Amino acid sequence: MSRFAAAVFALLCLPVFAQAGTPRGKLVGLVRQDCGSCHGLTLKGGLGPALLPTALAGKSVEGLAAIILDGVPGTPMPPWRGELSPEDALWIAQKLKEGFPQ
Amino acid sequence: MKRRAFLGSGLAAGALFASNAGGRAEEPAPRATGCLGLIVERASGSVLLIDNVRRAALGRIEGLGDLSHATAVFSPCERYSYVFGRDGGLTRIDLLESRIDKRVLQSGNSIGGAISDDGRLVAVANYTPGGVNVFDADTLATVASVPALGADGKASKTVGIVALPGRRFIYSLYDAGEIWIADFGDGATPKLTKFGNVGRLPYDGNVTSDARHYLAGLFGEDGFAHIDLWVPDLKCERVGQGYFGGQQRLPVYKMPHLEGWGQSANDLLLPACGAHEVLAVDLQTMGLKKRIPTHGQPVFCVARPDGREVWVNFAHPLNDIVQIIDVPTLEVVHSFAPGPGVMHLEFTPRGNEIWISARDADKVVVMDVRRREQIAEIAARKPSGILFASRAHRLGG
Repeated sequence: MSRFAAAVFALLCLPVFAQAGTPRGKLVGLVRQDCGSCHGLTLKGGLGPALLPTALAGKSVEGLAAIILDGVPGTPMPPWRGELSPEDALWIAQKLKEGFPQ
Repeated sequence: MKRRAFLGSGLAAGALFASNAGGRAEEPAPRATGCLGLIVERASGSVLLIDNVRRAALGRIEGLGDLSHATAVFSPCERYSYVFGRDGGLTRIDLLESRIDKRVLQSGNSIGGAISDDGRLVAVANYTPGGVNVFDADTLATVASVPALGADGKASKTVGIVALPGRRFIYSLYDAGEIWIADFGDGATPKLTKFGNVGRLPYDGNVTSDARHYLAGLFGEDGFAHIDLWVPDLKCERVGQGYFGGQQRLPVYKMPHLEGWGQSANDLLLPACGAHEVLAVDLQTMGLKKRIPTHGQPVFCVARPDGREVWVNFAHPLNDIVQIIDVPTLEVVHSFAPGPGVMHLEFTPRGNEIWISARDADKVVVMDVRRREQIAEIAARKPSGILFASRAHRLGG
């Protein structure tokens, strides 16, 4: 986890890395359509919990990124590692907390 | 001659829409609804009204809210469709006039619904705050609100709701792991029958076309919860238990759906959850008959109306392929790629054609079922569910 935190820190320090990974437009589509299957297209929640800024206020970007990458065992939330890079996950987590783009 | 008749009805329909738009009081042209249906456009909160004989979109109806995961049922007369939106919206659409007739926001967040066998009650299963709300099918006025408090006293999301004969609805409690039957046979106050400990996290449920077997898929374990509704002393038992045989469940990127499941005379074909397999269950013994390897994790296993074939789509990221399973041999006999992001499949009532939504290509493909060839294409915005009015006459609706 500390290695992950270090990686997160490194990424935040190097904005050039933020441009790496999946194109942003594709990520927006993936979150809206595929995450939306369980969390709702408007991210108000469904089988999975709401992913709106108010619902995520108490959660850290790094913690959310870890959930995206590794899933939540015992629940339907799958790990997206392999499909998404750590940079992708951090970007999604950050944008979810800010209010996800349409 | 037939062709001319279709063109005539098309022109009449156009005239009808024009008269509505202009607000003039003209006599509506005669028109039938048996070949009509809806395509859910999930991202734009709209539905396309379609004609599955002319293979054409007749118009777009907008303003239905969040339609991710939306589904619909139909009134017995096939004039009205009730669309269940993710945002808790319940919308009654008039298929004859191609417009929203009534709309209520009945909860914060809903998953699906059903219409009673007499067509008088529409029940909606909710995620937030959970429970089932029941409405008068004509007025959309609330008839009953049935909270879903599990044995632990906590509110539960409700899923897998279908109608049973005798103004009854059956549904599953996702969080509580229970199945309930709400019986409205005596009026607005339901008599509840509850089954506890049915299995962990039932994510969807459905009933066979004879309304005999209700099954709920379990996310928390490998198996299904099953109730035989024909026996006098109802009880819930596990079916297909241990279908993984010790294998690790794969991550599930889209939950399977039991709606439209593959039912033939002897077998029920069900999507495995977390495996690239369709499971064949013997309806006589309710034993697991075969695990059929497939292209990906199945989402919908839809039986051709005669039960001879089952057409299957798959979860992200393998969702550009459809496979056909031959039921007598329980083998995959054909695979094809109708387009990216296949969301749903709907057969015409006699099974001569099938409509398939390819969300990421913004189109619905119409295929000749026996030739397995595309014969038409309908443009649609991010299409998901395809629902034909002929569903009105199926049990379970």
